[in-house]
Amino acid sequence: MAVQLEERPQAQTEAPLLEVRNLVKHFPITRGIIFSKQVGAVKAVDGVSFTLNRGETLGLVGESGCGKSTTGRLILRLIEPTSGEVYFEGRDVLAMKRDELRALRREMQIIFQDPYASLNPRMTVADIIGEPLEIHGLVKNRKERDDRVRQLLEVVGLSSYHLRRYPHEFSGGQRQRIGIARALAVNPKMIVADEPVSALDVSIQSQVINLLQDLQEEYGLAYLFIAHDLAVVKHIAHRVAVMYLGKLVELAPKKELYNNPQHPYTQALLSAVPIPDPTIKRERIILAGDVPSPSRPPSGCRFHTRCPVAEEICKQVDPPVVEVSPGHKVACHLVKPGQPGPRLIKNPTGVPAGEPGDQKAS
Amino acid sequence: MHASVEAVAATATPEVVPGRSLWSDARRRFFRNKLAVLGLIIVVGLVLVAIFAPYIAPYDPLEQLAWEDFSKSLAPPSWEHPFGTDLYGRDIFSRVIYGTRISLSIALMAAVVTTAIGITLGALAGYFGGWVDSFITWLINVVWSFPFLLFVLAIITIFPEASLTIIFIAIGVVSWPDIARMTRGQFLAARENEYVEAAKAIGASDFIIIFRHILPNIIAPMLVQATLAMGSYIQLEASLSFLGFGVPPPTPSWGRMASEGQNYLFSGQWWWSIMPGIAIMVTVLGFNLLGDGLRDALDVRQQTDG
Repeated sequence: MAVQLEERPQAQTEAPLLEVRNLVKHFPITRGIIFSKQVGAVKAVDGVSFTLNRGETLGLVGESGCGKSTTGRLILRLIEPTSGEVYFEGRDVLAMKRDELRALRREMQIIFQDPYASLNPRMTVADIIGEPLEIHGLVKNRKERDDRVRQLLEVVGLSSYHLRRYPHEFSGGQRQRIGIARALAVNPKMIVADEPVSALDVSIQSQVINLLQDLQEEYGLAYLFIAHDLAVVKHIAHRVAVMYLGKLVELAPKKELYNNPQHPYTQALLSAVPIPDPTIKRERIILAGDVPSPSRPPSGCRFHTRCPVAEEICKQVDPPVVEVSPGHKVACHLVKPGQPGPRLIKNPTGVPAGEPGDQKAS
Repeated sequence: MHASVEAVAATATPEVVPGRSLWSDARRRFFRNKLAVLGLIIVVGLVLVAIFAPYIAPYDPLEQLAWEDFSKSLAPPSWEHPFGTDLYGRDIFSRVIYGTRISLSIALMAAVVTTAIGITLGALAGYFGGWVDSFITWLINVVWSFPFLLFVLAIITIFPEASLTIIFIAIGVVSWPDIARMTRGQFLAARENEYVEAAKAIGASDFIIIFRHILPNIIAPMLVQATLAMGSYIQLEASLSFLGFGVPPPTPSWGRMASEGQNYLFSGQWWWSIMPGIAIMVTVLGFNLLGDGLRDALDVRQQTDG
């Protein structure tokens, strides 16, 4: 990386960069056209709390439809939350007016899942990457903009001669790099990465992941990295949060989560991560049934309908979040601090404990 | 999508490679479609005919030659009068040539009026949603629930004398819901695109999102719709004139000529009615071919390389 983005003094404060408290988003279901009335709500996100530190990657994992992408968009206020609190560097994001919000856009950015849908097909690469620069008045004229875009293209590993090309002339991986360059253009402190590699070929996935890691090291970026499986997150995240039907069920530092998963759902997810070694045999936890509809979530613990070890209390009472060890939070009735929690199978990861694949993506 | 392609890095040539825009791709596809090119030739030809009508028409379209020479009344097509003459000895060929002006200007102006109203209301409804959407959708349904031709006739009869302006305004006021509904649908779909979300995320205003990110991406179907609609406006003008509500005589209008000539259709003087009829047919066909060709060329889903 020959090109330097603007230097930013790293404020080594204890306060987290981002704090999310009790975030809720209910999408109303309405009936009727003129005299519409609300007949229900899709509880996409239902009380999510977590923090994200400077330069840290928090993996947010869950099945499709569990509300993880919605969570990312709520933080950026691309969707307005129903209730809850979001603080970015201590500032109340949800109370921000239009102008403050615009200023915030320079500090928080997003990378999208679908590299084909996230770039405007009628704009050239220079226009796409240069747009945030123009909107925030970071460049004076077109030449300056193009120079800056050239730098950004090189930062993400594309050639500057791609400047006047259109998105459809690129491959999926290259497009995703363009999306990353657009997010980097405003020199943000935090990027919400919404499944940035799940639409890419496996061979390209690791390249993009490595790029994201390099960028993090270089510019001290914090990532909220959304993914639908634990395999991708394993390489990039420092901490991992597992989400099920709009709620966080477990949040722990990566090693802790992979070695000592507490929540039955986390264990099931881990047992589904493929191991690239056919000689290793292991048990798998096959969850029965489908994810219930978020418009009519189950009572009590939302996972009880599919949980193999559910008890009577799980159907009645929403489990409180307990901290089983420093930084390891679980929402399950069967998990109690100081006691061994439920174990569905001996070794859900299938990998000998203590070796939670720290190697880089290969 | 090969790793080697991915890895093409800063080592490559410093010059900027110009990209192929979607428009240039569409242009290439359009010109490979023979029917589309035929449609374009017809429409461009008609526009030229309308502009240069005085130089093409051999006679004054209003001049009644029968007063001096009775044989000029209802004369069959000949070298002198290629399309024949009508009862008053007016040269039908010249009248058809001049009629192009009426038909095309009504089609064009009606299309301008409908797209202006339609795109504005449709964009507001589709982009902002909520009560704005409810109100505009309601308005669309109200206008749509009127019998189309009756509504146009009603508007025209309000005014003491029909004129070109009144006719295309009447057509525009009644037919904007088609465009509005389509624009609304396109906006609803386009609003969900991730690049619109991305624009929001970088702090783009509603104005930038609408005019830079949404409209350029939906302009293609609107263009197709407007082109096809122009064909139907020409038919509509012909219908109005046929019913006697069109441009007042003696202005040459294809619909009126067809109407006046129909009494002579079975007594052998077919040319009075048929010649303007053919003009209407060719014009509508031209617009439809052009519209279909544009649709095929601009449809992103049918895109192929080459």
